[in-house]
Amino acid sequence: MVGLVIVSHSWKIAEGVKDLASQMAPGFDGIRAAGGLEDGEIGTDATRIMEAIQAVDQGDGVVILCDLGSAIMSAETAIELLEDEEGKYRIADAPVVEGAIVAAVEAAGGEDLESIIASAEDARNESKL
Amino acid sequence: MSRVYECLTKIGETITENKDFLTDLDREIGDADHGINMTRGFHAVAEKVPSDLEDIGAALKKAGMTLLSTVGGASGPLYGTAYMEAGKVMAGKTEMTAEDFKAALEAAIAGIQKRGKAVKGEKTMLDALIPALDAYTAAIEGGADMGAGLEEACKAANEGIEFTKTIIATKGRASYLGERSIGHQDPGATSATLTLETIRDFVKA
Repeated sequence: MVGLVIVSHSWKIAEGVKDLASQMAPGFDGIRAAGGLEDGEIGTDATRIMEAIQAVDQGDGVVILCDLGSAIMSAETAIELLEDEEGKYRIADAPVVEGAIVAAVEAAGGEDLESIIASAEDARNESKL
Repeated sequence: MSRVYECLTKIGETITENKDFLTDLDREIGDADHGINMTRGFHAVAEKVPSDLEDIGAALKKAGMTLLSTVGGASGPLYGTAYMEAGKVMAGKTEMTAEDFKAALEAAIAGIQKRGKAVKGEKTMLDALIPALDAYTAAIEGGADMGAGLEEACKAANEGIEFTKTIIATKGRASYLGERSIGHQDPGATSATLTLETIRDFVKA
């Protein structure tokens, strides 16, 4: 099963998105939040992201959803620290809330890494009105 | 206390002394956290790097890992990667030659470029660091020692800071300001220059 990691500068956003996405995928526990710094301050922490990836990695890949700016750089650093040569840890170019919900539903349904990434990235194109 | 630990703590002291200055620069064109973030990061470096660690590579790597997880903003992965890449070059060494410093700075810059996907001329720390490396290289190839090379590097880095005032930011938070970023010096180029100046003073002391 593919795992999911939510990265945000804010601990509350990451936890909240995880809760929201988990509600859509009951029983799916392959999702972790990596928000803020260890002391709760606003920011992103590559080592926390790395640990979250390891926690949800069951061998089928991990999709990472990021908010903005340094979240991407920290996630890329985390992937590099894990020496992911097969490319199984991937950052989705997707909105964090909508992307996480789509990804959680599909991951819980047993979809593979590529299709989850594609669906999460598709969430970018959905009009809200 | 090892020399490398002492140098890292001196960098931390300089950053801490300039915390408000760096944050004010960042307030003008960014999110007003550069000094605060870097100070937090270097306080953690002083705590987490063992003070008696003689292996320069291991100390730089530990400093880089610490910055990655404690700085919080974009300078975390950027400086974190820079220190870790410099650490790879210095692995197992307990002394640094003028050539070593060149190789370490080169690796650090390559790390920043890879992480930030930036080039020179985008109003970033690279606008101080790349000219600094060029000036340092020219100096030591002309026979200068590490201290004299760093003197040239710091001059070039300061000119780099001045250059950042004249250009538009295209990377990071400052890029939202477009032309309004002209006239302001880049906080990252400033903290990078402060770092080089601290190393210069440490080497020459």
